[in-house]
Amino acid sequence: MKSVALRAAAVFTHPAPPHDFISLFNPLSSARQMRGVVSAVRAETTQSTTIAFRPGQGWSPHDAGQWARIGVEIDGVRQWRSYSLSAAAGQDPEITVTACGKVSSHLAHHTRVGDVFFLAPPQGDFVLPSGPRPLLMLTAGSGITPVMSMIRTLIPRRNDADVVLLHSARTRESALFCDELANLSARHPGLHVVHRITSEQGRIDLSSTADLDAICPDWRSRKTYVCGPTDMLDAATQLWHDADLPESLTVERFAVATLPAVPGTGGRITFERSDREVESDGATTLLEVGEEAGILMPSGCRMGICRTCLTPLLSGQVRDLRTGEIHSNEGDLIQTCISAAAGDCHLDR
Amino acid sequence: MTIAPETTTPDVRVAIPSSKKRTGVLPTTGAPLVRPDAAAHLDDAQVAALGAELDAIRDEVIAARGADDAAYIRRMIRIARTLDVSGRIALAVSKSRTGWLAGTGAIALGKVLENMEIGHNVLHGQWDWMRDPDIHSTTWEWDFVAPARGWQHTHNDIHHTWTNVLGKDRDVGYNILRVDHQQPWKPRDIANPVVNLMLAPLFEWGIASYDLEWDMVGAGVKSKEDFKSDLNALKQKAIRQVLKDYIASPAAGMFFGNSFKRGLAGTVSANMIRNIWAHSVIFCGHFPDGVDVFTEEMIDGETRGDWYIRQMLGSANLSGSRLFHILTGNLSHQIEHHCFPDLPSNRYIEVAPRLREVCDRYGLPYTTGPLPKQLFQTWKKICQLALPDENRWETMKSAYLPKMFKRSAAASAAAVG
Repeated sequence: MKSVALRAAAVFTHPAPPHDFISLFNPLSSARQMRGVVSAVRAETTQSTTIAFRPGQGWSPHDAGQWARIGVEIDGVRQWRSYSLSAAAGQDPEITVTACGKVSSHLAHHTRVGDVFFLAPPQGDFVLPSGPRPLLMLTAGSGITPVMSMIRTLIPRRNDADVVLLHSARTRESALFCDELANLSARHPGLHVVHRITSEQGRIDLSSTADLDAICPDWRSRKTYVCGPTDMLDAATQLWHDADLPESLTVERFAVATLPAVPGTGGRITFERSDREVESDGATTLLEVGEEAGILMPSGCRMGICRTCLTPLLSGQVRDLRTGEIHSNEGDLIQTCISAAAGDCHLDR
Repeated sequence: MTIAPETTTPDVRVAIPSSKKRTGVLPTTGAPLVRPDAAAHLDDAQVAALGAELDAIRDEVIAARGADDAAYIRRMIRIARTLDVSGRIALAVSKSRTGWLAGTGAIALGKVLENMEIGHNVLHGQWDWMRDPDIHSTTWEWDFVAPARGWQHTHNDIHHTWTNVLGKDRDVGYNILRVDHQQPWKPRDIANPVVNLMLAPLFEWGIASYDLEWDMVGAGVKSKEDFKSDLNALKQKAIRQVLKDYIASPAAGMFFGNSFKRGLAGTVSANMIRNIWAHSVIFCGHFPDGVDVFTEEMIDGETRGDWYIRQMLGSANLSGSRLFHILTGNLSHQIEHHCFPDLPSNRYIEVAPRLREVCDRYGLPYTTGPLPKQLFQTWKKICQLALPDENRWETMKSAYLPKMFKRSAAASAAAVG
């Protein structure tokens, strides 16, 4: 019925889709881009803010631990970043943003109720195991956000939950969700929270098992989730590998580990469909170069996972910034978010 | 007796795209073979300096683009859509003459904004920097019969690259009218004023047909397949435009007890008003007195500075209020638009005095005037060019007058002698 009405309306709104006219009244209506409207903003710390939003049509409810791409307009230009959804599964989505970098700072300090977000549906496989298992959550800084969603989902619902959260923050003031975690652990014996204030106690040393043995002696029997800075993830991966337990570790990476730029490997990127040519160095991604030039580039996670950004390479060669691999086959689909020009190249955009 | 070698002048009425591909990056130093008369007093260094000055203005505006500009284009889109919807509702629901006038006016005004300040400028990529897929040159489709993609080719690519170059600029006018003395007169040019008079109310159909480049198929430049696919795109767009404006909208009025004819008269009028307005504004952009045309030889070796000069000499502005500028889609700032086709249109108004100052300082003309004056000049020119030039009149007479007249003229001359 609704689609019949929309089709009838499309006769009158042509060439724009009816959604473009409905958006005169409803800011969530769009035919091209999913949107959400900010429903609540609350400060977590001086630098961190939790933002709840009500997504429009097209959103799929998130699983605990998943992330979503959020687009926001800064100085008139749409910027996209990926954020973990910190709310429990089944609830309206929330993100907790710590001000570092242009987009996060803007979100943390300038978001108001009623603002419109641009959205892509939740994705990611940093999610709870299917069956009950004792868990160890190893987080640092804002790496706690996906884990917080897991804890909020799991703890109130399952009496048999057994979760150890080992969270590192630089100072007491910057530690996220302290009060809520204290409350939860007081009411639920299954949650055990250990705070590590690194400015006082130093970082957890993951180069040997000593620290873990001291804080969580049965860590080997637990399914472990780790989310935090890259060097922490790398150290944990190594440790669990050395302990012969690589399967019981799940890592969430939010920064792409890229190779250092090789000097002199940039080139002229020609965006054929847009008829635009841009000089670039060998370290800036094709996606960034294109976006800077005002070209509407498809993009997703911006870290080489989701493959939304695939764009045909028409000629020339590009370099995968993670592996150093060179792609030069005509017609190859290139992940523009993790590839840079390696000499002149032509893209079908 | 010596026979003068026959000079073959290329037929500048048939514009064939150059085989040489011009890129956006022109050299900043060097010189073309000839500079236009109006710029002949400038040396290479001065032209290079002028180019650098205009580049600096452009960079400054690009750096200043921000949230206010984004809000501007969104506001325009909101206004245009609100006008269109409310106009259609008023036309369908109202029974009075005032209601008809208001509805028709609102639709016309909405269409003027949608085509000119929004469509034309979005399709130039002026708003691509926002990275908004709803307002982007690759996704926008306008409320105009000509499909946006085809228009982008003939307008952005051909017209803006070859501005006022005879034999290369195929913009409307050059290919169906005689708009400059350097175009050799042909008998069909007698119809110049009539063709233009008919083109005005049917402007969107003229543009649509022109975008098909049917003459290029005959010339062997455009393949039949490309032509067919363009024709198909036009058919689909045209069917939906006709369905919306001339069938569905009037039919919606019948639902409220109005006659189909009343609604149809409203939407036909609205489209005609928009067409005549667009035609008037656009023809004032390049054809009033004081605007130069160029030959292909003149732009060989063109530098960035020379390119700017050609845009300045080849375009003409319209003076008026802020509202007037918006209603012309800022094509009243044709000179600024041609120098900086992808800067946001709302910024032309602040660029204009700076560009004019540059023109004054370098001794270059800056053609501008109020709409009635510029429009009068344009029409005068089109009427005058309908007739062959005075010095050509004799040759034309001998070439085209029927032999009978010539014989009788010769006989009477002999009788007198």
